[in-house]
Amino acid sequence: MDVRLRVWRQPKGDVTGEFIDYEANDVSPEASFFEMLDQVNEALNHAGEDPIAFDSDCREGICGACGLMINGSPHGPQQGTATCQVHMRKFTDGQLITIEPWRAAAFPVIKDLVVDRSIFDEIIESGGFISANIGSAPDANAVPVPHTAAESAMDAAACIGCGACVAACPNSAANLFTAAKITHLNLLPQGQPERYLRTVAMVETMEEYFGSCTNFGECETACPKNISIDVIAWMNRDFVAAQWKNLLKAGQA
Amino acid sequence: MTAPTSPILDAHVPDGPIWAKWDKHRFDTNLVNPANRRKYDIIVIGTGLAGAGAAAALGELGYNVKAFTYNDSARRAHSIAAQGGINAAKNYPNDNDSIFRLFYDTVKGGDYRSREANVYRLAQVSNAIIDQTVAQGAPYAREYGGLLDNRSFGGAQVARTFYARGQTGQQLLLASYQALARQVGLGRVQVFTRTEMLDVVTKDGRAAGVVVRDLVTGEISSHSAHAVVLATGGYSNVYFLSTNAMNCNATAAWRAYRKGALFANPCFTQIHPTCIPVSDEFQSKLTLMSESLRNDGRIWVPANPDDPRPPNEIPGADRDYYLERQYPTFGNLVPRDVASRAAMRMIEENRGIGPLKNGVYLDFADAIDRLGRETIEERYGNLFEMYQRITDEDPYTVPMRIYPAPHYTMGGLWVDYNLQTTVPGLFAAGEANFSDHGANRLGASALMQGVADGYFVLPATISHYLSDWLNVDPVPTDDPVFVEAEAAVTAKIRRLLDIGGTRSVDHFHRRLGHIMIDYCGMSRSKEGLEKALDEIAALTEEFWRDLKVLGDNESMNQSLERAGRVADFLELADLMVRDALDREESCGGHFRVEHQTEDGEALRDDEHFAFVSAWEWEGEGVAPIRRKEPLTFENVELTQRSYK
Ligand SMILES: Cc1cc2nc3c(=O)[nH]c(=O)nc-3n(C[C@H](O)[C@H](O)[C@H](O)COP(=O)(O)OP(=O)(O)OC[C@H]3O[C@@H](n4cnc5c(N)ncnc54)[C@H](O)[C@@H]3O)c2cc1C
Repeated sequence: MDVRLRVWRQPKGDVTGEFIDYEANDVSPEASFFEMLDQVNEALNHAGEDPIAFDSDCREGICGACGLMINGSPHGPQQGTATCQVHMRKFTDGQLITIEPWRAAAFPVIKDLVVDRSIFDEIIESGGFISANIGSAPDANAVPVPHTAAESAMDAAACIGCGACVAACPNSAANLFTAAKITHLNLLPQGQPERYLRTVAMVETMEEYFGSCTNFGECETACPKNISIDVIAWMNRDFVAAQWKNLLKAGQA
Repeated sequence: MTAPTSPILDAHVPDGPIWAKWDKHRFDTNLVNPANRRKYDIIVIGTGLAGAGAAAALGELGYNVKAFTYNDSARRAHSIAAQGGINAAKNYPNDNDSIFRLFYDTVKGGDYRSREANVYRLAQVSNAIIDQTVAQGAPYAREYGGLLDNRSFGGAQVARTFYARGQTGQQLLLASYQALARQVGLGRVQVFTRTEMLDVVTKDGRAAGVVVRDLVTGEISSHSAHAVVLATGGYSNVYFLSTNAMNCNATAAWRAYRKGALFANPCFTQIHPTCIPVSDEFQSKLTLMSESLRNDGRIWVPANPDDPRPPNEIPGADRDYYLERQYPTFGNLVPRDVASRAAMRMIEENRGIGPLKNGVYLDFADAIDRLGRETIEERYGNLFEMYQRITDEDPYTVPMRIYPAPHYTMGGLWVDYNLQTTVPGLFAAGEANFSDHGANRLGASALMQGVADGYFVLPATISHYLSDWLNVDPVPTDDPVFVEAEAAVTAKIRRLLDIGGTRSVDHFHRRLGHIMIDYCGMSRSKEGLEKALDEIAALTEEFWRDLKVLGDNESMNQSLERAGRVADFLELADLMVRDALDREESCGGHFRVEHQTEDGEALRDDEHFAFVSAWEWEGEGVAPIRRKEPLTFENVELTQRSYK
């Protein structure tokens, strides 16, 4: 099959970018989206033009490195699927495909389709962990975890940190990402001692860099791991409860 | 061909009975007092299970740690992709498991080419891994009573595998990444992302630091430390197509080899039997379908290779369930190396299936009849979904097509019992070292080794080395050794950019992959390997003459990154082939056609080859020297594996 591409090209972060049109001919419908781009890059290299830069590593939808805005949808046309798992058979012969990087102030472009998502690491560093020093753990079965709690924690923990939720949000909010980690840890017995500290620290760090959530729900649709927007409700509940606890501590309620 | 040899290697295995060695060793190890730890700098390259774990553990202990990864976040290391699970000797299911049994299964599964003391220690610390990761919040699968669930895996008759759906690696890596993030928040560890290590620097024969390249700006810089840990993963991507992530590479280990660290058993690679076959010539990687599928799937090819009917219309009598036929006792559950070779023989006999005739069927129809679709969905739902996404075929109604693919490398940097390479102060952990899996790794034991090395072994052994260097500053980065190393790295980058040829990096990488899979893959012959040596040499020459890398060093340049890695893969490939030629026996994943039993099984030669081959770099264009670490088996009896 043949497709036409309109690709965002930007040589460096501090240089303005533009769309450039390319053609991808004789693409196998069995090819993945990135294999199609590999093929385009091979041709560009041959023609002496700088290949298109994009992040991609596992190509199995689990590392979270990839993420392209394809025709205005984060990760493209297939629900619950990361860019690397989208195949060309999802497009039609001759179709025009527009490819852009994530657009968010907190994710500056590094080159072409590559963005800097290191603020996500900062959110985790502020509290997205359980402080259990290595060597100090009790027997793994000492604390039973209800089956359903473990399953719900796993649903939230499936987040791959790709940033699609931020890219999809009209406010560029990172609530789905932050709430997924808070929910994962706050649902488990092991996460209880730091539950409120964690929630406040992570929410505050998030708010320093990202926009506010106004419940559009675009994040849920965009998420390649189908993380439910319910996690945001869990986060908000614990955040409010944490404030309440502070008031109590200060004798104000 | 017999390589020249030199003195035997000492692995520094402690004395005493196997169960007491680790305790004794920890007691005999010099310690660094807590107040002195902040006087030490340690560099960790890699943030996979082994690297993130080591960096977090060392940070918790109070050392100053710098961790490096070429990924844009520590969380993206390739460990994230592991699916099936992690082993431990908990014996929670009460099925007679024990530390000794896990040790025994691992040594046997490795076809008796691993070091007993290391494997025993691995089994000993395995239980603490589960305890620790549960405490860190890894959401393992649980029974309704809230206790941990187990499943079984190949090569074992007990259920000792802990898992988090089909995403065990993800959940374990996130646990380590979060422990690491905590140390970053506390200021004990600094993480450098999008930063690639391009050389190890030594001074007076010991590790002094590393030279790295910032992948965003191209800046080359040096970092020095008292000790350097390489936790940089495996080298399956030498085959171009593998189940590894696109960026996995051997550069860190290879650079260490060129600086004096020995490289052990480079030809020991694992080809995993159940992966999705190649679909076209632009294919960029292969996707694993977890080993667990072989519990319920039946493997077959049509009895008549030209059978025109679609698979579901071929009746049982016209199918050849070749594993069940050849191995009635183990059937579809023979170990990975055996299953892979059997599939390969089917393709070689032109009995393959699928559009490119390059696969065999893995069929769930019987299991669905027996257990119901719902049960199969519960067990393998996410794998079936992944399969459907890639092939656009529904495995509930049409049998899966599978074929073996390069997956894991048992070979790696040679390390002693302390995980120290032959360069003092340079340590290697995780898949990057050769240590625990011999000639074939059992499923669910790579995660175990990665976490064990990073959390428990390395933090205990590194103090012995460090204790000698109290109040000695690391070599300053303006020392001539660093200046020269930086100049060499810069010159190599210049050289790659200046070739100005006509072919892309991927072009060469693909061709190297073909040579390696054809001659140094699932089966190897003297004739093929000798041919491979010539072809690799010719390809290397062509690479340095005709490579085309556009752009410059001063900004993000992904072709340049890959070019450096492929240059190292070309050199590594040569060593792998030499090692495969030198090892005149078959064992585990290393199958030399000249050495097989009457019915085509691997034939070990314990008398002449019960040793680790550790190769020593002798300089550009000079044949490397093969050294030996003899393997002695005091606790496990050597037998011929049989699965008939
Ligand atoms: C698809 C798949 C499924 C698997 N499933 C299982 C399973 O179910 N159970 C099991 O036990 N094992 C499994 N394995 C094997 C297991 O995942 C790996 O062996 C293990 O995770 C390796 O961990 P590691 O820490 O050694 O290396 P990796 O996780 O590969 O990490 C390497 C790190 O080093 C960094 N790095 C490398 N070179 C450089 C450099 N030059 N400069 C800077 N940084 C560098 C990388 O950025 C990365 O952070 C699977 C493997 C694959 C491919």
